[in-house]
Amino acid sequence: MTSQTAIRVRGIEKSFKDQHVLQGVSFDVPAGSIFALLGSNGAGKTTLVRILSTLLKADSGTAAVHGFDVAGQPREVRDAISLTGQFAAVDEVLTGRENLVLVAKLRHLSDPAVIADNLLDRFSLTDAGNRRASTYSGGMRRRLDLAMSLIGTPPIIFLDEPTTGLDPQARIEVWQTIRDLARGGTTVLLTTQYLDEAEQLADRIAILHQGTIIQSGTLTELKQLLPPAEVTYVEKQPSLEDVFLALVGEQTGSDSSTITTVENGTAEDGTVPGRRDPR
Amino acid sequence: MTTHVLGDTAVLTDRSLRHILRSPDTIITTAVTPIALMLMFTYVFGGAIDTGTDEPYVDYMLPGILLITIASGVAYTAYRLFLDLQGGIFERFQSMPIARSSVLWAHVLTSLAANLVSVVIVIGVALIMGFRTGASVAVWLAVAGILILFTVALTWIAVIAGLSAKTVDGASAFSYPLIFLPFISSAFVPTDSMPGPVAWFAEHQPVTAIVDTLRALFAEQPVGSDIWIALAWLVGITIIAYAIAIAIYRRKIS
Repeated sequence: MTSQTAIRVRGIEKSFKDQHVLQGVSFDVPAGSIFALLGSNGAGKTTLVRILSTLLKADSGTAAVHGFDVAGQPREVRDAISLTGQFAAVDEVLTGRENLVLVAKLRHLSDPAVIADNLLDRFSLTDAGNRRASTYSGGMRRRLDLAMSLIGTPPIIFLDEPTTGLDPQARIEVWQTIRDLARGGTTVLLTTQYLDEAEQLADRIAILHQGTIIQSGTLTELKQLLPPAEVTYVEKQPSLEDVFLALVGEQTGSDSSTITTVENGTAEDGTVPGRRDPR
Repeated sequence: MTTHVLGDTAVLTDRSLRHILRSPDTIITTAVTPIALMLMFTYVFGGAIDTGTDEPYVDYMLPGILLITIASGVAYTAYRLFLDLQGGIFERFQSMPIARSSVLWAHVLTSLAANLVSVVIVIGVALIMGFRTGASVAVWLAVAGILILFTVALTWIAVIAGLSAKTVDGASAFSYPLIFLPFISSAFVPTDSMPGPVAWFAEHQPVTAIVDTLRALFAEQPVGSDIWIALAWLVGITIIAYAIAIAIYRRKIS
């Protein structure tokens, strides 16, 4: 296969009883990019991720992941991917370290203990490594979940709503992890219902609505769909999130209350999107 | 691409054994009810029951009690399997390049280990209560073999329940009829003391053949044809339950 396209989806359809959830979805994800599938609840994002990660069979259409057909070569696909589902898939009874060792062993890697220690360190979980996952906070659990997904460095990672239910700090941590992954060459397909998440992270965005991709492209391309940019001056009020993060001492790199140029006079609420890329 | 059925099963069995070690109450709960029954039948009802033999009542009753122990123990297998399905961990396993059947086999092996521990505890209490047998090592192995087969058969039924349950309660409810089956058998009273249709049912259901076999083994008596009837039931139930469980599992993961 060419290394250019990591995921290739063509005309995928899926129905549950009388619900036609996916009605011919097609898109390509270039290798090494972050691709966001944006859609509201019930748009079919999870169904699509489940099909791409071989958990569910499509009614029609084809999908190739890392060059392998999801229906015909599921085992090869599973070797190339890692799925982080909507709900943190960690074993609550096991400790964080044991969870990592478990996945490393199931991926048949040598030195599971070393892998576990490295990941605990990388995800700031070393102190909690010997505690049961049931004692973890939502953010820690998500980090452990992500760490488990990175074991064996699969070239493609699916993240189904990775930040749903997380507090703002945990959310920023997860974003940073996703950026680091992409920088390392991993292809990331993430689903989200948060517009700012797609805007912050994604190289390309596809909008899934009522079973089809109604629009896709880079953020710039999507912005060009709207009337040309006007230059207006607005006073930037700090968003509640800026206030919250400033009060609890989290650095976002966002400087509040300055006059900022807003492109594309469509920022209806008169503010600049509060979070800046903390890169 | 090679499959790693054995290795993956070992890793996943290790995982669920850790679950049991961290909540040993599941083993204790499994053993407590049969022990209470044993105490009650021996010291409350037993004096009024005429078994037609002069062996101590605890000797008469122990085989049935062991089956009740296992029948209540497998409910936890259904429960643990159901919880795996509910949480995301099952999907994580399914999206990984592992041998898919190993997920079920790990639960079956864990069930065997947990139930053996419960059975050993119950036999220990029975010994304190005066249970005696002159059974040789070979006979003990035969007893263990039958109990293992019984556990495997019921565990695959538990897998069906765990895979198809909609609620936690539903996952373990299947075990109630299994726990009651020994009461309508030769486990506590001779079947000829029961009214006609009940006696007929008791004589033709699997528990009676298994109980009679175990009792004969413990008493160093010839087992006669009972052992073959018992084995036929156990193997038959295992094969059917296994086939149904695998069919449900396939439908679930494809």
